Amino acid sequence: MILLVQSVIAITIRAGTSLVYATIGEIYTERSGILNLGLEGMMLMGAVTAFAVAFHTGSLVLSLLIAMGMGMVLSAVHAFLCITMRANQVVSGLSITLFGTGMASFLGQRLGPAENNFYLVGLTAARFRRIAVPFLSDIPILGALFYQDILTYGMYILIPLAWFYMFKTKHGLNLRSVGESPQTADAMGISVTKIRYLYTILGGMFVSLGGAHLSLSYTPGWTENITGGRGWIVIALVIFSMWNPARAIYGALLFGGINAIQFRLQIAGAAIPAPVLNMFPYLATIAVLVLVTWWESKGKKRLGAPAALAVSYMREDK
Amino acid sequence: MRLYFEKRKTASKKTLVIVPAVSLVISLILTGFLLLAFGVSPLQTFAAMFRGAFGSSRNFAETLVKAVPLMLTGLGVSIAFRLRFWNIGAEGQLVLGGVAATWTALFASPYIPSFLLLPAVLLSGALAGAAWAGVPALLKTRLQVDETLTTLMLNYVAILIAEGLFYGAWRDPGGMGFPGTARFPQAAWLPRLYGRVHYGLIFALILAVVLWFFIYRTKWGFELHMIGKNRTAAHYLGVNIKRTILISILISGAFSGLAGATEVAGLARRLQEGLIQGYGYTAIIVAWMAQLNPFASLLAAVLMAALLVGGDQVQMMMRLPAAVGLVMQGMILFPLLAGSLFSEYRLRVSQPHKEETS
Repeated sequence: MILLVQSVIAITIRAGTSLVYATIGEIYTERSGILNLGLEGMMLMGAVTAFAVAFHTGSLVLSLLIAMGMGMVLSAVHAFLCITMRANQVVSGLSITLFGTGMASFLGQRLGPAENNFYLVGLTAARFRRIAVPFLSDIPILGALFYQDILTYGMYILIPLAWFYMFKTKHGLNLRSVGESPQTADAMGISVTKIRYLYTILGGMFVSLGGAHLSLSYTPGWTENITGGRGWIVIALVIFSMWNPARAIYGALLFGGINAIQFRLQIAGAAIPAPVLNMFPYLATIAVLVLVTWWESKGKKRLGAPAALAVSYMREDK
Repeated sequence: MRLYFEKRKTASKKTLVIVPAVSLVISLILTGFLLLAFGVSPLQTFAAMFRGAFGSSRNFAETLVKAVPLMLTGLGVSIAFRLRFWNIGAEGQLVLGGVAATWTALFASPYIPSFLLLPAVLLSGALAGAAWAGVPALLKTRLQVDETLTTLMLNYVAILIAEGLFYGAWRDPGGMGFPGTARFPQAAWLPRLYGRVHYGLIFALILAVVLWFFIYRTKWGFELHMIGKNRTAAHYLGVNIKRTILISILISGAFSGLAGATEVAGLARRLQEGLIQGYGYTAIIVAWMAQLNPFASLLAAVLMAALLVGGDQVQMMMRLPAAVGLVMQGMILFPLLAGSLFSEYRLRVSQPHKEETS
């Protein structure tokens, strides 16, 4: 029994890692008032480029850097369209996803070696392996947390760090004020444009890093649509965590856990149909959204959604 | 010298035509560079794509097959967008429409006279799409819950329902391991016009005309316009905003639901994976490209479909990834989005000695 629980926890954390990176990235982006629906495309681009670099150079560090660079480039396009050109954020994000999905699929069939017909599918390359932390990994049940890959250990550090930066530093305060009321922030001398560019691009970097975890560790290799809709799930997770990096872990555990439990149930031949189980997180997200909105409409404390989310700001418009 | 944007007094009409045209050209150039970087001739690729999408009557028919669901969902989405109601749930509304149509065709058919079966199939699809859009609409009008996120979440739920059914309860045991429901009875088949092009095309054309009439010639259309432009003014003019939004979103969902119903009844004649193609997401792009104009939506749908079919053809003929089509769709959108600014603003250059304060 202990072994079973331990393995469920281990799979949950592994499955959740890419989600946590992407969720924290998108939380930062949305906190500045920019909604980026391009996550699926950015994760795919991160995954495909990371794997291609790992295959050709064998350097995992370079893979991560290139993947993060891809996220930064794509989110910079989104930032330019939404901030400078004041385009509709929903449509711009969707076009990033469309472009990223197409481009990743294209690269997956062009970046491979000539002997594989330039395909990346079906190849193996350098990957992040799990490393056991001495002593800690021997603890029953919780030991599962300490037999993971480097990126997962990085996630343990990133979560408190991202929370601290957002809620306990002046930079975090500036970020949140731009997302809440750009007019006020502007009047206080904060450059709305600069902050929005900065965190949209930073957020995109983490999103693609999440994608890289998929192709370099969770399901090593490149397959079309390796993300399996995770980019969209992250949009739900951001709401689920109410725009707080510290809570990003809950949603990721919920989704990761459902994957893990399903895997176990399938082995056990249980009767709960998979679709019903899979639906739960989406319905839970809607429920959270309704509750948050209802709570705020009662004039209670604001819970998270940045007030100026997806609203473009132009000083001359006033 | 400094560049800045100045708001136009009236939206520019010229940019409505120029911006999409320029975007298409920019997209061709950018994709051309990409292809060159991979040692592929851009001209050959574009020619192959064009031939693939329009080259023969059979190819053009395939383009129309893909254009029909894009037309219907694109029209539906454009109604919602007029109200600035960001319905990105067309995918879920389409899928659920297909599910409801399948239920009617397979399980309600013994109780329906056969000449009424096809109308019942289509109607149930439209109603299911409307109901699926109605949930976020009610949440929005009653509780002010953000519709972007609820419509998006409901897409997954709808897709999971559909998959649960055709992989599970509704799966045809005689399907030789192929996941899908049994074939519909013949009375539920939507007839075809040419090749695989079905009557959904006629519905899309008629509905575009009807929608154009309602939007530009009736009080309802004017109310939509008012609510979208200035909610406060609409309120003072005595428009029942909540009711108008609710009804319009129900209609918006019905269009997508109908798209799903015509797909299952006109193409596979069963519910299967092929229904879930992401048309509902491309519909948003169609509506946006067409600046929410119904007739322009039809053209934009054909263009988007042509890129998809052209991409498939390039894969077969030149052994290039079919994703070239998707890449081009994205590349058209970027300049298009950037250009939409120019319909409301104009770029001005100011000399520093004249305007030091700005």
